Amino acid sequence: MTAFWTLIARELRLAFRAGGEALVLVLFFIMVGAIVPFAIGPDRPQLMRLAPGIVWIAAFLAMLLGLDRMFRADEDDGALMLMRHAVLPLEAIVAAKLIAHWLVTAVPVLLALPILALLLSMEGPQLAMTALGMLVGTPALVGLGGIGAAVTVGLRRGGLVAPILILPLAIPVIIFGVGMADPMSGRGATLFLIALSLVVAVLSPFAAALALRASGE
Amino acid sequence: MNVSAKAHPPLMSARDLSVRRGERLLFQAIGFSLNPGDVLLLRGPNGAGKSTLLLTLAGIVRAESGSVTRADAVGLHLLTYQHGLKARLTVRENLAFWQALYGGPGLGLEAALERVGIASLAGLETGYLSSGQTRRLSLARLLVSHRPLWLLDEPSATLDAAGEALLGALIDEHRLEGGAAVIATHHDLPLANPSGQSTLTLGGKP
Amino acid sequence: MTTVSAKKPNWFSSLAHPGNFLAWSRYLVWPLALLTVAAFAVGLWFAFWNSPDDYQMGDMVRVMYVHVPNAWLSQFVYAVMALSAFGTLVWRHPLADVANKAAAPLGATFTALALFTGSLWGRPTWGTYWEWDGRMTSTLVLLLIYLGIIALWRAFDDQLRAGRIIAIVTLVGALNIPVIKFSVDWWNTLHQPASVFTANGPRMPLPLLIPLLTMMLAFTLLFSLLQVLRMRTEILRRRADSLSRQAALQGVAS
Repeated sequence: MTAFWTLIARELRLAFRAGGEALVLVLFFIMVGAIVPFAIGPDRPQLMRLAPGIVWIAAFLAMLLGLDRMFRADEDDGALMLMRHAVLPLEAIVAAKLIAHWLVTAVPVLLALPILALLLSMEGPQLAMTALGMLVGTPALVGLGGIGAAVTVGLRRGGLVAPILILPLAIPVIIFGVGMADPMSGRGATLFLIALSLVVAVLSPFAAALALRASGE
Repeated sequence: MNVSAKAHPPLMSARDLSVRRGERLLFQAIGFSLNPGDVLLLRGPNGAGKSTLLLTLAGIVRAESGSVTRADAVGLHLLTYQHGLKARLTVRENLAFWQALYGGPGLGLEAALERVGIASLAGLETGYLSSGQTRRLSLARLLVSHRPLWLLDEPSATLDAAGEALLGALIDEHRLEGGAAVIATHHDLPLANPSGQSTLTLGGKP
Repeated sequence: MTTVSAKKPNWFSSLAHPGNFLAWSRYLVWPLALLTVAAFAVGLWFAFWNSPDDYQMGDMVRVMYVHVPNAWLSQFVYAVMALSAFGTLVWRHPLADVANKAAAPLGATFTALALFTGSLWGRPTWGTYWEWDGRMTSTLVLLLIYLGIIALWRAFDDQLRAGRIIAIVTLVGALNIPVIKFSVDWWNTLHQPASVFTANGPRMPLPLLIPLLTMMLAFTLLFSLLQVLRMRTEILRRRADSLSRQAALQGVAS
């Protein structure tokens, strides 16, 4: 078990040490969200109505941007190959990397959410539901993203292909995530999103590990 | 290659192994068994498939036919030019990470760094190291977690004369402790004990 | 026929040599710190006890004494960075990229403070913490530019190469800022015919102007002090860095 935590600690250290990308992803999240009013106008009621959708799109794009870093560096320097003979099975290693990736991408985005909420004139209950939705939905995004990253790790330009693969698969996450903020459909969407996230979180390490094994062969 | 029958099963054996890369058959019908203390040297021109054979033995590249047998309890270390070390982590952090991931008994971090001669660099970011120093750090990785099998791909590359002597000494010690190694190399390694050494030449035809 | 000769060091370049800078800037720290404290003491005394309430905003007007200096510095620091970027590109001066790197987080902080105090001010005036007002919006974009530059500094391993590339980005940003300002104003008037925030700079009554100018001086001194300190730290950090490289070179003891 220490190997599992050591792996997570190392991923966090690499992400937040100088040269890491955690800061960049948060910036990207805020910028995408902040640029929408320039396109649709700063009309408050309109922004308020669209805010959950804007926030989800921004978070989604930020997560896609960070996808490539999940396995790419470890593949390039051979760490992924060496991890095949670690005391942990590859599935556990992938799970640790997914958890670390969620901590590095989703948590900072969640922490930055109030800033975007202020810019988009979101109100208390709406903000709370959106934050809750992102808390529940981001594990599914990370899981799907992990599969996409693993599938494309052997490709030189996989960084561009992975988002294309993942985008359609992640549509349900966005539908239910935004749906949670809607008072009419909130409860059903919440339950569905939780179920989706759980299933994806459980299955994705196996799928991603399988893909990593296959791309080494 | 080593046919001397021993009481216990060999650490690793390969039977009738062939590997294809794309359209090309790299090698076929390779077989050997490796007992404690053995060293198998892989020779052959570039592109003959030495590195691929090592990866096949490690279970990373799939063989087209034949089998590699290794007991689950027999762990292995892989050393290639891809060192799996992060430039932004210190030497000690990198080594501690691999020690945690590979587990098992072995030398302490400081002792291992001392042994490979880079103890004074422990606190330095790994990106500052020369390629020879990086290779020494990779060797330290083999020492902090004991694994009976070493698969080494051109281990003496980038090492200076002192480094090569160190490498030979480490392999000798490993064999004395009951370990074995498969080494792909162009270079004659300064191994003290020639018994138990065998050579496999790949890619006979040009 | 041309002869190539090393440029003779003039007084400026010898003053700005990193080693010399470390030597003489040491004597600058304490006087600058004392001046800063003094200016803040006077400015805050004015701001809290010796300036009138606004007939509309009441006590809230005092936020202005913090807000306006920060807003001024958000642009002043960028000007400093643009100037040092110029120094990096034209004279290839090592101190210039140290100055750029040192200033970026300071600029971002002052800009963030300007936005923060602005929204504190906005709450009673507009009834909301954030309004897509022209000035606030361009300040936000400026903050994003600062953060992008900081991220770029962090992304580079080789700080010397980073210096020149970031200098280019800084200058592109400097050229772009007026365009951003103009476009945001245009966008703003398109959507909101009357700006909530009318310009009242120089027509301000003297009892408000004196404390404001004092506070602006105090904040500018604070920036200069922090800038000198950060530059010193950065130079020392680079020295430690090159010592690490040397250590690695001599490190193998076998």
